[in-house]
Amino acid sequence: MSAAAAPAPSHEPLALLSAQGIGKRFGGVQALSEVSFTINHGEIYGLIGPNGAGKTTLFNVLTGIYDPDGGSFTFDGQPLNGLKPHEVAARGIARTFQNIRLFANLSALENVMIGRHVRTKAGVWGAIARTRRTRAEERGIEKRSLELLDYVGVASRANDLAKNLPYGFQRRLEIARALATEPKLLALDEPAAGMNATETQSLESLLHDIRRDGTTILLIEHDMKLVMSVCDRVLVLDYGKKIAEGPAAAVQKDPAVISAYLGGEIALNLKGA
Amino acid sequence: MQPILDLRRRPAGALIGLALVAIALVALPFVLTGIGTFWVRITNLAILFCLLALGLNIVVGFAGLLDLGYIAFYAVGAYVYALLASPHFNLHLPFWIILPIGGLVACFFGVILGAPTLKLRGDYLAIVTLGFGEIIRIFMNNLSQPVNITNGPQGVARIDPFRIGAFDFSATERIFGLTFTGPMKYYYLLLLVLLVVIAINLRLQDSRIGRAWEAIREDEIAARAMGINTRNMKLLAFAMGASFGGISGGIFSAIQGFVSPESFILVESIMVLAMVVLGGMGNVWGVVIGAVLLSFVPELLREWVGPAQQAAFGRTILDPEVIRMLLFGLALVLMMLYRPAGILPSALRKRELEQKRGPRL
Repeated sequence: MSAAAAPAPSHEPLALLSAQGIGKRFGGVQALSEVSFTINHGEIYGLIGPNGAGKTTLFNVLTGIYDPDGGSFTFDGQPLNGLKPHEVAARGIARTFQNIRLFANLSALENVMIGRHVRTKAGVWGAIARTRRTRAEERGIEKRSLELLDYVGVASRANDLAKNLPYGFQRRLEIARALATEPKLLALDEPAAGMNATETQSLESLLHDIRRDGTTILLIEHDMKLVMSVCDRVLVLDYGKKIAEGPAAAVQKDPAVISAYLGGEIALNLKGA
Repeated sequence: MQPILDLRRRPAGALIGLALVAIALVALPFVLTGIGTFWVRITNLAILFCLLALGLNIVVGFAGLLDLGYIAFYAVGAYVYALLASPHFNLHLPFWIILPIGGLVACFFGVILGAPTLKLRGDYLAIVTLGFGEIIRIFMNNLSQPVNITNGPQGVARIDPFRIGAFDFSATERIFGLTFTGPMKYYYLLLLVLLVVIAINLRLQDSRIGRAWEAIREDEIAARAMGINTRNMKLLAFAMGASFGGISGGIFSAIQGFVSPESFILVESIMVLAMVVLGGMGNVWGVVIGAVLLSFVPELLREWVGPAQQAAFGRTILDPEVIRMLLFGLALVLMMLYRPAGILPSALRKRELEQKRGPRL
């Protein structure tokens, strides 16, 4: 990690997150190399690439699950280096997981209430003594959690166990739980995976709502239709390298992107045709 | 979360039930004294085991950390009391000073055990905690040289009972025309402590901290991503469980008047764990029932097995001690086969066990 690569947020007042030269190696596999990008406030920023391109690794490095081998993140004007996952969450980055990781045996409501943990304070004494402040806080947690369930459209199943919810609801519940941490940046790892067309459509409007209400979104997604319709800008990774970045429509036509997705030869043929 | 205590929901019935239970608990030592003072002592030990099991329930039931060396904290608390209130060092501090000290020292040991084991789970954690329990016991056994701290295997004797001014918990006296023996007085004290510990357990479970523990048990990675400091939360569970163990140990010391390393062998740790598992991990009332059952049943068997053989065969064929443990083991195996989540399973554990049988998600 070179300390010299000092970020200069003042040059870009719009930047919420900027990554400089992020690298991550697992043994002989260079999962990420020299990935740099900037996400602006209020954006929906797409992260796409073929399977194994390093998208989820980038998420894990960003959220503190892995330490990067090189490079640095600047979030909201502060460096993110070396923070633990819970510290990253406290700074204002919340995530969902590619393979849903809800607290399966807890109710939908309890799942969201756990998301409030990082923004609430009650400790052991508060819990045992049930002080006035703790009781007020508990009421606040429950109220806010119910609102969030309503926001993502899972309120009708608030008391159902997470594992008994239909798939689309589980995805939405995970988003509600992430929103409960009051993130500035919401990082979604393939939220539409396994969803049918109707579910994807309502997810799309949910994403628009979240952005409208002031949360920036980083979205990993394979559903290109969704990516093209919601993302302002898109970053394309292939074999851990950034191969394109820009507005969705432009990226879609980029030869490097087409070749990464379809294989070099087909792309050449398409060009010739 | 706690329907039994929720008086608002079932005011009349709950109040009457609660009153009956309270009367029964107050009258119990008089009834038992009628059968034999011995049974009051056994009841006191049963309550002590309830306290221990509730402490361990925080670690195992709430936070999901398997601890096989829990009795070590009991030992630490017992020895702290024994050393500070006996002729051994000629110190005679009052119990209300020593008990918190014992709790704190045990808490410190809880953190010492917790810190290096944070990344271990399941079987691995169990082995380390098991080793820790043995280390403490072996220390107690050997810290008689070069400086005599624990008095080694002989243990510490003539430990002070609890005293508040002239009121001595170990002495028999007549109050309001009723005779209160030492064990009876301790019984009421223990009952009070037990109620407090139950309340603490229930409130912890239904709080921000309790939810964080549940989250860690369900999915640690997701819990961390939600901003839960899993390291601190696990240490907190270890520390709280340990301090409950330490305080119980202090009371044990005072009641018995004598401690030696022999009281804190591995079997005791396993017994406490069995109480938690049998009663229903994570369910406070279940754990209490488990502790009461496992404390009384072996004693009852001890009483009955010998006479029953005498009556049936005219002589004692099998040593009561042997057959007692045999029946006890059999009961545990049957329990685990037919009620794997415990007598009163916590809602959460029940779901987890169902999930392991059925398809996941």
